[in-house]
Amino acid sequence: MSALTLRGVVKRFGALTAVDHLDLDVPEGTCVGLLGPNGAGKSTTMRMLTAQAIPDEGSIEILGFKLPKESKAARAQCGVVPQLDNLDITLTVEQNLLVFAYLYRIDRAHRKAAIERALEIANLSDRRDTKVDKLSGGMRRRLLIARGLVHQPRLVLLDEPTVGLDPQVRQELWALIDRLRSEGTSILMSTHYIEEAERLCDTVTIMSHGKAVASGPPRQLVTEHAGAEAIEVYGPPAKLAEVERSSREAGLKTRRTGTSVSVLGVNGDGPDGERRPTNLEDVFVLLTGEEIA
Amino acid sequence: MNQRIGRLERPALMGVLVREIINFSSFWRSSTFSATVEPTVYLLAFGFGFGALVSEVGGFDYIDYIGTGTVATAVLFSSAFPSMFGTFVKYKFQRTYDAILAAPVDTEELVTAEALWIGIRAGTYGCAPMLVAMVFGLDPSWGMLVVPFLGFIAGFGWAGFGMAVAARMNSIDNFSYVISAVLTPLFLVAGTFFPIDGLPDWAQVAAQANPLYHLVELVRHAVFGFEPGADVIHLAFLVAFGLLTWRLAITWMQKRLVD
Repeated sequence: MSALTLRGVVKRFGALTAVDHLDLDVPEGTCVGLLGPNGAGKSTTMRMLTAQAIPDEGSIEILGFKLPKESKAARAQCGVVPQLDNLDITLTVEQNLLVFAYLYRIDRAHRKAAIERALEIANLSDRRDTKVDKLSGGMRRRLLIARGLVHQPRLVLLDEPTVGLDPQVRQELWALIDRLRSEGTSILMSTHYIEEAERLCDTVTIMSHGKAVASGPPRQLVTEHAGAEAIEVYGPPAKLAEVERSSREAGLKTRRTGTSVSVLGVNGDGPDGERRPTNLEDVFVLLTGEEIA
Repeated sequence: MNQRIGRLERPALMGVLVREIINFSSFWRSSTFSATVEPTVYLLAFGFGFGALVSEVGGFDYIDYIGTGTVATAVLFSSAFPSMFGTFVKYKFQRTYDAILAAPVDTEELVTAEALWIGIRAGTYGCAPMLVAMVFGLDPSWGMLVVPFLGFIAGFGWAGFGMAVAARMNSIDNFSYVISAVLTPLFLVAGTFFPIDGLPDWAQVAAQANPLYHLVELVRHAVFGFEPGADVIHLAFLVAFGLLTWRLAITWMQKRLVD
């Protein structure tokens, strides 16, 4: 069964089509990544899942509830972790969780246990009485995630959960998300960090200009679109242009990797350069384009 | 409309109220300070300043007159202003409403709970000037017990007004227009500091459309003796004002919060 199903979802803002006939599935108990550059429509998609944006076309079903009509029932069983921190900063850690225990309708008998559980998940038990504005960035993000888990949701929606955080903090959050998934929670996560998607997601949907341009398990997407190996060629711009031209003539895909050109999907022969395994980033750039919109 | 109101679920309203109550516990001291000190300043300034020139206004001791009149001022200040600024800050800067609407709470419930909370606060703080005036010699009466409820009804209406305004504003600076062009005149031409029957006819007619004027009248009558015929109309006006701004706030906030 699917925890979440989108079919042909379209969302327009005036002349701009932010989400363009998007299909998406989150099978129950899996973690699905929504990968795409800024402006690809990830956040709009996330907002439609909580009925904070209403699609112009298509259908959305979450945990058996049809949106937007039954959105409230769906929301009761979803945990949402927004991209932008919207904690109540003058309240303590515990008070923030208490407010959400009420908003998510946890009855009185279970409220205390739910808050303790969330404090434990966020590893903030000894900070329970600290005001949010006294927490570090990493602690705030952990609290933000724990807040969305206070009612033990069946589906968790994470919108760019680690954006703007130190690598150490990011690792810590990945462990947290991985633990959630291993406990059987379904997860939809939008991100533009490729490594994050590669590590955490069972399947990945790559979005570009509001469309899903590829979908599948990360490893499979890589082999399918970028082959097994890539050769990175370094050199002056003229040489790079030449490598690009000759590789394309030979039917190979290339992409710029900063100071070098990567020739993708090489089997055996290729230009001289450093061989390396292909990765999801290659696929991402191939499919979403090299220019920044 | 009945079906829509049926959608207001108690747990959702509770959730929003609990958030406000817990937040309030962190700043009630400053709110209570300003709610009591402000009317005291008005009473002292106008009571002793003007009171030295006029001892009686509209048949009342001037201190009694403004002591009851400024109840409406206190209600306005503790409802329309926090509602306008608070709403704007909560949806635009703190993004609190995004978090609440991601929970099983709809815009209608969010707006209703916020208005109820502001109404309750306004009803409570609205009593402050009356209590201060009692220190300066206003005689207690049974009718005073109704004043918090009157403050609540008017406060609920102003809360809706504030939210509706905030929902239409794109910048916090724009509130200046509303404050200068709407709230200040309403606040002055409400019979708070001077009776409106001394004003030109057009201003008297305009005052009839001022919710604050109806609140001032109701509060004075509650304290000094009801005038049933007139008071039913005053009360009906406040209730209608509350219903209108409440629905308007829901519609406009919905447009603002849901794409």
